Amino acid sequence: MTTVAAGVEGRRVGFGETRIAPALRGLATFVLVIAALWGAWEGYKWLWESTGWTWPFLVDDTTMPHIHDILGAFREPVTTGGPALIHPLLDAAWFTAKEALAGFALGAVIGFALAVLLVHSRLLERGLLPYIVASQTVPILAVAPMVVIGLGSKGIEGWKAVAILAAYLTFFPVAINALRGLQSADPRAFELMESYASSRWRVLWRLRVPASLPYLFTALKISATASVVGAIIGETPASIQDGLGGAIVNFNQYYSLQPTFLWATNIVCAVVGLGLFGLVALAERLVLRRAPEHVA
Amino acid sequence: MTAPTDTSVVSMTGLTKSFRTGVTALQDIDLDIRPGEFVSLIGPSGCGKSTLLRVIGDLIQPTSGRVLVNGKSAHQARLDHDYGIVFQDAVLYDWRTVARNVSLPLELLRWDRARRKRRVQEMLELVELTGFESSRPWQLSGGMQQRVSIARALSFDPALLLMDEPFGALDEMTRERLNMQLLRIWDASRSTVVFVTHSIPEAVFLSTRVVVMSPRPGRIAEVIAVDLPQPRGAATREETRFFELVTAVREALAAGGGHDSGRTAATTTEERY
Repeated sequence: MTTVAAGVEGRRVGFGETRIAPALRGLATFVLVIAALWGAWEGYKWLWESTGWTWPFLVDDTTMPHIHDILGAFREPVTTGGPALIHPLLDAAWFTAKEALAGFALGAVIGFALAVLLVHSRLLERGLLPYIVASQTVPILAVAPMVVIGLGSKGIEGWKAVAILAAYLTFFPVAINALRGLQSADPRAFELMESYASSRWRVLWRLRVPASLPYLFTALKISATASVVGAIIGETPASIQDGLGGAIVNFNQYYSLQPTFLWATNIVCAVVGLGLFGLVALAERLVLRRAPEHVA
Repeated sequence: MTAPTDTSVVSMTGLTKSFRTGVTALQDIDLDIRPGEFVSLIGPSGCGKSTLLRVIGDLIQPTSGRVLVNGKSAHQARLDHDYGIVFQDAVLYDWRTVARNVSLPLELLRWDRARRKRRVQEMLELVELTGFESSRPWQLSGGMQQRVSIARALSFDPALLLMDEPFGALDEMTRERLNMQLLRIWDASRSTVVFVTHSIPEAVFLSTRVVVMSPRPGRIAEVIAVDLPQPRGAATREETRFFELVTAVREALAAGGGHDSGRTAATTTEERY
């Protein structure tokens, strides 16, 4: 017994000593990967341009602008004498992030509530699940105008309608994964709760929900990025100009003249998605403290 | 209510359990378990010993027959938290620390925090795991996890402890050590134990009575009183009487094991005290 105790202690000490090193290693890896991607892009561009290869597509400054030009575009004015690109893009990013966050939260709550409902009723699970799945086969582009115009007629602001579209994409992975997670506990654990004469409510909060958390966080990570994509796509048919979706449509039209603007916008979109994903990953770290093999 | 049931912790009469598949898991089980007894259920797999344990715990409903626990229906006994249960796996919640696992039933019973904390300390002391309060289950060995599970089962002072092959997944050395600890815990807690096992020496070493079951349909083949003196220790396993009893259980198993021997399967020598 004492040897096991020493082992546990030993592991803890080991963690403390090397806490800095993994962080540094993580940073080094990040820089290395960025550098490698940069090199691959520029190397590809250089090789195709210098050899004149056109397969699979023609490479020039329009199809593949230099990375430094893309980054430089952030400081260029959008219109003559106007503010640098970064400013309207940051505004748009905030606007879209707001939609995505609201949609993500709404979708997560709805998805989880649905899962809780379905896990308690086989009848509901059989009856509702096909429709939940079917909801995801309808393209969001087809749903978006209906939602935006329908809600607009009720006087609901456009960004809120887009948030609902983002929720439409978010709730599904949450519902499916949470349902799986809520059922994931050992059958003996359910027997144990039954032996304590626990109510369904207590089984839910003491057993089902904690057991579902690894599944739930996996779903939330998927949903985090999906909600940003949902928000961006939702803006387009809603004709909302203030977000990243609007910026993409706008810069699409000027692509042949200013390709770097669209690329710069893409980078901002990716950063927003990564940011939301990062928030979920951070929350997961804070909430889940359990067996390493159980961390999804 | 008949006379013996008044003082029995468990009283079963004419108990039968058939599953919808047509399998008769238990047939005509009559068994009385007195306070303070340590009764082992032993038999080949499929003899219904785990089913019998679950019927006592009201986790499975019998098809017919009567089960009384502490003189009331098994259902009422479960609602009253009259028993604790230990499974083959420890079934600890890995999102809870060791201490919080032990206090789980106490939380459900709405004990206040101070009382819970005190009891968890006592229980961890009982199973010799003091100092592991804030460890996570997965940091412990299998034997230690099972001891946490025992501490959890006994934390709310149930009159009855149901154990379903609790040491079945452990190695022989750990199992023997835990057997000794279990006897000490049984002695300290003065609870009644129903213990499912498929190990003959384990059943003989631990029990005051060994209930030998036979399969298809599951029934009681023989009940053997274990008259080894208490307290038992490592020396018990070397006594002649220990080997005699091990042989007796083995023969009862062979006789009831579905082989066509001259003996009738249900020669129940019900021991009354």
